[in-house]
Amino acid sequence: MNALASVLVGLTAGAMLLAVAATAADIPAEERRSGYDLMSRELKATQDDEAANPGMLAVLDGKAIWQRGEGAGGKSCATCHGDAGISMKAVAARYPTFDNTIGRPIDLEQRINRCRSEHQQVAPLPFEHKDLLALAAYVAHQSKEQPISVTDDARSRPFIEAGREIFELRQGQLNLSCAQCHDDNWGHHLGGAPIPQGHPTGYPIYRLEWQALGSLLRRLRNCLIGMRAETYPEDAPEIVALEYYLAWRARGLAMETPAVRP
Amino acid sequence: MPRTLIKVPATAKRGEIIEIKTLISHPMESGFRVGPNGVPIPQDIITLFTCTYNGEEIFRAELSPAIAANPFLSFFTIACDSGTLAFHWSGDNGFAATETAAIAVE
Repeated sequence: MNALASVLVGLTAGAMLLAVAATAADIPAEERRSGYDLMSRELKATQDDEAANPGMLAVLDGKAIWQRGEGAGGKSCATCHGDAGISMKAVAARYPTFDNTIGRPIDLEQRINRCRSEHQQVAPLPFEHKDLLALAAYVAHQSKEQPISVTDDARSRPFIEAGREIFELRQGQLNLSCAQCHDDNWGHHLGGAPIPQGHPTGYPIYRLEWQALGSLLRRLRNCLIGMRAETYPEDAPEIVALEYYLAWRARGLAMETPAVRP
Repeated sequence: MPRTLIKVPATAKRGEIIEIKTLISHPMESGFRVGPNGVPIPQDIITLFTCTYNGEEIFRAELSPAIAANPFLSFFTIACDSGTLAFHWSGDNGFAATETAAIAVE
């Protein structure tokens, strides 16, 4: 009797341990890899060749906007920041970053818009605006091959944890969490498509399905719609928290902007 | 003004086979899609691409609505003389773009 009870207790404890392990399994650093690794030879070649990568068209647009004076003062990005190749090197790899003014993190697109309204005195660009994507692509391209290294300190910790909570939260009609696909089942297939680990290494990305450049925000909304969950508003702090967690989760991986994805 | 990316080797040996790559920004709207208001979006595509080498046409492509946005074309030619390669795209709504690239043949 006692033996049976102890076996049962043992089994239950074992099952609980398994359950805990299945939900709390972060991808170890040596197994962390970009969605690039799962792409076809042809798509990899498209991304690698700067004359074939359609995202480079946006980088060129961004370079022109960087030097273009705007607003009454005629200030351009280059007026303050000079040569982006020097001043913006590895900057995007540190985003999202904590912002003292609003007391929470902001992402690269929000930072660009902040610069526009504070220093150029022009209206912020709407989310997914062609010019905003082009500027973000140009700035992030200066971090190509730099390791993602967001700040992980006491101030940003709560936001990383909030992002993790959203990542692990089951939501939508399909009752799925991000983690179920991208932590537990990466490398497997969803229909015909391989499931990547979901690291934001190449944003803004040129997605063949979109036939255009798009931000991480657009990609996240895409996933949420796929889960048949409600999307967050464009400027929701939850989105930046999720972006922060994703960047923290991808720490050490090299930036690829502009990445090409299927 | 559309953005273009052209890749032509700056120098080549006479008689060498060289690869030319061209990429241009264009929405390539097929004309078969319907907008959110239920009204069909009119066709807006590049219909013709030509490449001339010192004035002589060496490559021509007629593009159709089934071709994706930002068309990428790559083709080969034989380097015969130093000079200029000229690329020309034309299409719906009076779209026209021209780019040139220099090549030195030894």
